Amino acid sequence: MSNEAVVHAHGAVAAHEVHGDHHHEHHHHETFISKYVFSQDHKMIAKQFLITGMVWAVLGGLMSVLFRLQLGYPDATFPWLEDILGKWAKGGRITPEAYYALVTTHGTVLVFFVLTAGLSGTFANFLIPLQIGARDMASPFMNMLSYWFFFAASIVMLSSMFVETGPFSGGWTAYPPLSALGDASPGSKTGMDLWLISMALFVVSSLLGGLNYIATVLNMRTKGMSMTRLPLTIWALFFTAVLGVLSFPVLFSGFILLIFDRNFGTSFYLSDIFINGVGALPNEGGSAILYQHLFWFLGHPEVYIILLPAMGMVSEILSINSRKPIFGYIAMIGSIFAITVLAFLVWAHHMFVTGLNPFLGSIFVLLTLLIAVPSAIKVFNWLTTLWRGNIRFTPAMMFAIGFVSLFISGGLTGIWLGNSALDIHLHDTYFVIAHFHIVMGVASMFGMFAGIYHWFPKMYARYLNNTMGYIHFWVTIAGAYLIFWPMHYQGLAGMPRRYYDYSIWESFKQFAELNRFISTVAMIVFAVQLLFLFNFFYSIFKGRKVTKQNPWDATTLEWTAPIHPGHGNWEGEIPEVHRWAYDYGKDGKDFIPQTTPVGADESHH
Amino acid sequence: MTSSADQPKRIHPHKFTLWVAMGSIVMAFAGLTSAYIVKKNQSSWLEFDLPVLFWYSTAVIIISSITIHLAVKSFKAREMGRYRNLITITAILGVLFILLQYLGFRDLEARNIALVGAKSNSAASFLLVITGLHMLHVLGGVIALLVIFARAFNKRVKSYSSVPVEMAATYWHFVDILWIYLFVFYNWIG
Repeated sequence: MSNEAVVHAHGAVAAHEVHGDHHHEHHHHETFISKYVFSQDHKMIAKQFLITGMVWAVLGGLMSVLFRLQLGYPDATFPWLEDILGKWAKGGRITPEAYYALVTTHGTVLVFFVLTAGLSGTFANFLIPLQIGARDMASPFMNMLSYWFFFAASIVMLSSMFVETGPFSGGWTAYPPLSALGDASPGSKTGMDLWLISMALFVVSSLLGGLNYIATVLNMRTKGMSMTRLPLTIWALFFTAVLGVLSFPVLFSGFILLIFDRNFGTSFYLSDIFINGVGALPNEGGSAILYQHLFWFLGHPEVYIILLPAMGMVSEILSINSRKPIFGYIAMIGSIFAITVLAFLVWAHHMFVTGLNPFLGSIFVLLTLLIAVPSAIKVFNWLTTLWRGNIRFTPAMMFAIGFVSLFISGGLTGIWLGNSALDIHLHDTYFVIAHFHIVMGVASMFGMFAGIYHWFPKMYARYLNNTMGYIHFWVTIAGAYLIFWPMHYQGLAGMPRRYYDYSIWESFKQFAELNRFISTVAMIVFAVQLLFLFNFFYSIFKGRKVTKQNPWDATTLEWTAPIHPGHGNWEGEIPEVHRWAYDYGKDGKDFIPQTTPVGADESHH
Repeated sequence: MTSSADQPKRIHPHKFTLWVAMGSIVMAFAGLTSAYIVKKNQSSWLEFDLPVLFWYSTAVIIISSITIHLAVKSFKAREMGRYRNLITITAILGVLFILLQYLGFRDLEARNIALVGAKSNSAASFLLVITGLHMLHVLGGVIALLVIFARAFNKRVKSYSSVPVEMAATYWHFVDILWIYLFVFYNWIG
């Protein structure tokens, strides 16, 4: 830890404790570099995470459009593809190598860069200090480092797409031997080295961020903000950070062993397998399953790292726009906690068909199915929050309701896949693709969209355009179901994932039309995301200006800050908190902000 | 946890961050030592004796924990001369520890136990990776000591906050305990 960091934070702590002082010391000497580039203001870092995440979302989404083009039109040629992809699309058709590279990079980028960094990086940074009543993070310097490690990871990942042998192409899980042997495939050469470097940088970024979020939530809350007065967003982001801090190091350990196998000839994962053109390996006794254990010990918590922030934001947005307190606040916290604990105990359900001991498998089935309990509690509470609410259908609310719909649809298929017996048939089929895209991918994207639409006025002091927001919502939700719903049937029919061309398989020829349909919808949905992008950047500069400090009539602290909050968030004193975050429709009042003292004649909730 | 907002004296946020970070590091080593156990129960595991030097390095790191503990005490008593001496000794002991570990690996190689490469066995490779990762963490502690060391010798700016010193000490004890765990693990558990 550097001197400056310590000194700076001492200043921040002192400022935090002295109420009533004016805090102009943060505003002097703000150059372009210190304000927009190497900023230590959590709000600017949040925007950096968001926009970098959006760039990756566009790239990752474009990759899916490209490989859907191959899946939907396996016989057609598109000369313009050769123009942009060169040798990766010789004759206008994506090559098998390029197809695998696209699938792999799409997965890596969406899971880690968009839905981890872009989602919790953005909203943990933005909301934690604003909603708990802190001037900034526990360590603003570490927070800045967290972003720049992510940025470096992005650059390395991006550069891997331009090396001669292409980016890594062995699937986003990077199982050995494809990831451990340079000779295994073109993408296993330099592309894999860059993938590992990028992911290592990303792990560092996540850890720096996560440590900060935890320390901030536990230590920097304003006066009166007890843990049980926190908005559910903060609880969700807190447990997200806990998951990340405890699971990413294990992935890192797995990567270290992988690096040794790749570069130093050790035999952690590699055994004397035979490679075409190379011969038998000198390695002895390694186990690829060992990597899978280490990977999925992160990999499963990772899906909750992606999902929990969306759940938290959705809880908040549903409550605000139903003008009702969240139903079952403590049950919501309890269920997030239960999910966090269970997340660490279910990783082997990704490995039912690896030769896992069936008895062990049955234990993991039980633990996996247990997750249905807290998930059902959450769904029940969301629905009862909506029940007889005075609902305001803002775009944020639409996406929040869409999230609940997707979470139910995708969650139910999780019960199928969690059974090891069913999994023998469904493993590695399109059923899995459909399940995790709906419940984790699209649902979390919906949570992220809900968050963006809802907090955009706080971020940029302008509103997003509502009409474009509604078009964005309806096309995306209809499209999401049209894309992924049919995949369930394909999966049940045994159609395996990751194949390059299904038209040559007698059993899967029947899906040619369906595949074309899915690809067409995918392109339409992608086009609508571009509409959202336009809305986002247009509204930053030209959107309708926010004139009310509290545009959504919400109770939480971020809406007590000025419309254009400076570094330090509140001018003058940090607000003091007197009540929980969900006093909506209480005692005949539409809402009571958290800063309002409890009146003498007020009823108890 | 529910009412820490009302407690009169809260833990310094940086100290707290350090504790969470140590939990994170524990997970990395837990992952590696679990992998070690899994691997050991499979075929072709090479049994060999640990280098004797690891006993000496264990003694060194335990002594360094005592010296840094005394350093914190003398910092709080504002005995700056003693404090400077003690952190210097601690840093030297840290470097000595890393050196002894390195010599231990040289010893293994001298006994024809390959750590890496085609002829290596995962038993030795695991020892290298886990111990090597721990050595890097000790190195991080040495760097932290150098930072507060530079501060202790700074004539212009005097620092009275004991937080950085206490944090360095906490971390130092942590890597010490971590090594004792690994040492016990290699010898008697794994």
